Amino acid sequence: MLYRENGQFKTSYAADQQIFPITQDRLAIGLLLLVAFVVMPMAGSEYLFRAVLIPFLILALAALGLNILVGYCGQISLGTGAFMAVGAYAAYNFLVRIDGMPLIVAMLLGGLTATVVGVLFGIPSLRIKGLYLAVATLAAQFFTDWAFLRISWFTNNSTSGSVSVAGLNVFGLPIESPVAKYLFCLTVVCVFALAAKNLTRSATGRQWMAIRDMDVAAAVIGIRPVYAKLTAFAVSSFIVGVAGVLWAFVHLGAWEPAAFSIDRSFQLLFMVIIGGLGSIMGAFFGAAFIVVLPIILDQVPHWFGIPLSTATTSHLVHMIFGALIVFFLIAEPHGLAKLWSIGKQKMRLWPFPH
Amino acid sequence: MMNDMPQAVQEQTQGTGRRIGDVVLDLQNISLSFGGVKALTDISFNVREHEIRSIIGPNGAGKSSMLNVINGVYHPQEGRILFRGEERRRMEPHMAAEQGIARTFQNIALFKGMSVLDNIMTGRNLKMKSGLLANALYWGRAQKEEIEHRVKVEEIIDFLEIQDIRKTPVGALPYGLQKRVELGRALAAEPSLLLLDEPMAGMNVEEKQDMCRFILDVNDQFGTTIVLIEHDMGVVMDISDRVVVLDYGKKIGDGVPEEVRANEDVIRAYLGTSH
Amino acid sequence: MGFFLETLFGGLMAGMLYSLIALGFVLIYKASGVFNFAQGAMVLFAALAMARFAEWIPKWLGFESLLLANLLAFIVAMALMVVLAWVIERLCLSKLVNQEGITLLMATLGISYFLDGLGQTLFGNDIYSINVGMPKDPAMILEGTFEGGLLISKEDLVAALISAALVAALALFFQKTATGRALRAVADDHQAAQSIGIPLNRIWVIVWSVAGFAALVAGIIWGSKLGVQFSLSLVALKALPVVILGGLTSVPGAILGGLIIGVGEKLSEIYLGSFFGGGIEIWFAYVLALGFLLVRPQGLFGEKIIDRV
Repeated sequence: MLYRENGQFKTSYAADQQIFPITQDRLAIGLLLLVAFVVMPMAGSEYLFRAVLIPFLILALAALGLNILVGYCGQISLGTGAFMAVGAYAAYNFLVRIDGMPLIVAMLLGGLTATVVGVLFGIPSLRIKGLYLAVATLAAQFFTDWAFLRISWFTNNSTSGSVSVAGLNVFGLPIESPVAKYLFCLTVVCVFALAAKNLTRSATGRQWMAIRDMDVAAAVIGIRPVYAKLTAFAVSSFIVGVAGVLWAFVHLGAWEPAAFSIDRSFQLLFMVIIGGLGSIMGAFFGAAFIVVLPIILDQVPHWFGIPLSTATTSHLVHMIFGALIVFFLIAEPHGLAKLWSIGKQKMRLWPFPH
Repeated sequence: MMNDMPQAVQEQTQGTGRRIGDVVLDLQNISLSFGGVKALTDISFNVREHEIRSIIGPNGAGKSSMLNVINGVYHPQEGRILFRGEERRRMEPHMAAEQGIARTFQNIALFKGMSVLDNIMTGRNLKMKSGLLANALYWGRAQKEEIEHRVKVEEIIDFLEIQDIRKTPVGALPYGLQKRVELGRALAAEPSLLLLDEPMAGMNVEEKQDMCRFILDVNDQFGTTIVLIEHDMGVVMDISDRVVVLDYGKKIGDGVPEEVRANEDVIRAYLGTSH
Repeated sequence: MGFFLETLFGGLMAGMLYSLIALGFVLIYKASGVFNFAQGAMVLFAALAMARFAEWIPKWLGFESLLLANLLAFIVAMALMVVLAWVIERLCLSKLVNQEGITLLMATLGISYFLDGLGQTLFGNDIYSINVGMPKDPAMILEGTFEGGLLISKEDLVAALISAALVAALALFFQKTATGRALRAVADDHQAAQSIGIPLNRIWVIVWSVAGFAALVAGIIWGSKLGVQFSLSLVALKALPVVILGGLTSVPGAILGGLIIGVGEKLSEIYLGSFFGGGIEIWFAYVLALGFLLVRPQGLFGEKIIDRV
């Protein structure tokens, strides 16, 4: 079937405002979900789940949260790792300190704690912009790095902040096998992606984008900058916090503060830039790219019989990421997501581009 | 078109033509300076309901600063501002918007990453009430509200004759159309007082005629009070009810177009003094 | 009292180094509006080049003089930094003219990653040492004034003096030379500067080269003290609060900010650290800068930001 929208006329505003207004897109996304929820759990190998799919899903979620702040509201954050850490350690505390605390509730409470901290560090954004804000969020990063390392109460008196969780379950179903972990992450990510998409296409999203594009004009048409910025910080850090919980509980199982270091913050920012600023889909593209590239760089030389050392691979990854960041900022600030939609535009007209 | 305006306003404007009412905005002895630089010195004038009030003056006369004072972007050091009889304390721009003041900018201030539709929808911002959670859930309350406001916005899109570009990102539009979209965004708020900062700057004659028509229609059909900054004297003298003239941050003339045209100071400011 | 003064001196000396790195930030920000996150990566890259060339050049040419080796390595490393400046201008900056500050900041993050990778690929990723003959032993001063005197690290003292001299020289360069004037003109208004015939691209190459020079000196000093390793790249993160405190556009601000942060960090660690459980050096500077920002968003000497509509 050709990718066409001929004959698909919208007769109501509701139909015009759908997430995927074109029938073929809706089919494609349905198919994708089918594969993700049904085919993958049957066909995927353990390695695929553990090393690729689970990290991809969780990092995509974190990048999604960050993209709301950076891509939609135009507020830079270099402290995403910090908010992930707050979510993870808060959820850990709720889980171990309160008997019978269900995983989902602990996860949401972790997200809420991250929200509170995020808003707190977002307050400077009301006074300062751009570069200065970058430093304010770095402050959050360094402060939490230190706090989880040094304040033993946060980590239930464990040494050097390393803690672990075990026996996770949701409604009595154990989250232990790679498939269960994968399905759990997938569900959470789908729910949040949908909610985020809804927010960004509603009045809230327009407020964020208005503040991003021209804050004075936004204020003049009645958008309160305080409210718009702080909601962006709140929603963003909630999602990032939940991603932090998943990363720690589901992906790592046992972790220490270094899991959420400044490198993580930069990595997430790169995902957003490469994937596409201001795009929900972009977060997924970016995460996929950044998770998969090192694996490819690790594997491909082997096939050609020129194994690279781990260090060389990691340096290569650094260089490629760095170069790509600059490339995308220059050539296509809306990243892979934009390239994707350009491709779709071309498809609509293919094979008669006139 | 736009049958949703209050009945009273419609009857009033359609029946007897435009009727100029009481003073809605009264500016008294406004002075504004940045550091040591005086932008406005002791300026007083008022705006009456339903009128088109123009502010003219050479470049750097303080016209835009005046608008910025009216909608709370700048805060004058001295003077009083009365809006609908109430003295206004220090206020922020969004509060002015809440009181029904909308504006356009001299250098187009559209949200360039968003489509025409979204830009104009943003103008409805103050009228949309559903909260964060409802918006995240979307289906239900938020969608219903979204569609209600979409209907209003589509009326504005029809009124401004920009149906064919509603999904275009504003950055990709030519200048004249961008100005029109910006007007649309201001109108979406259904303002009672509309501030227009050089809506016709940089336009060709046809575009100017269109814009004039829109301004007059807005004023006539919706009864919106308009404060207008414009350089084209022909336009100003044609469509304004009263004109105030600024020069170097001081008021040098005020009155109906004929008075202003005959004012010695105004002629001197525009033509220079002959020695 | 003696202990307090020792801490104070220690802080001032560390602060001088912060100033040096902060100066690199300020120069680039003034001239191109770019908040150069890659300054730290430049320090690492320059230090790696210096350390490795000082090791390689004598082998290649077959001589043993340490002085000559260091001198040649310095020249080669500096040349590398100039080439780097030129490449960055060509491939990156000139394509991002008039972009928003955030975009430029993110671009420099990319550059920073690229440099980290490139530097370690070219020069290796072990810990290397730089030996430029810095004195390693401590000295006692003011033995007459205080009981036991004050213990001062000679190395820190020399480092601080070099930094101070460099900072002064750069400040003079900015104020007194024609190039410096052109730089300031560009900083004020790109288009106006271009319209009177100042070649924007060349100015940027010069500024990035000067920042590269500052990075090289900072890299040598830190490197000879701590060894050249990846963590050098993070030193620049410590200089960020300095720039914020001092104001992004102010050379004196960078100097004073550096001193305040240096001293504040040391004193707080000693007098408040035990209170918080130690290690507060990591975030103290940031929180100090953040608190300051809320009161005075433009920093100590920065220009006031007025929103134009």
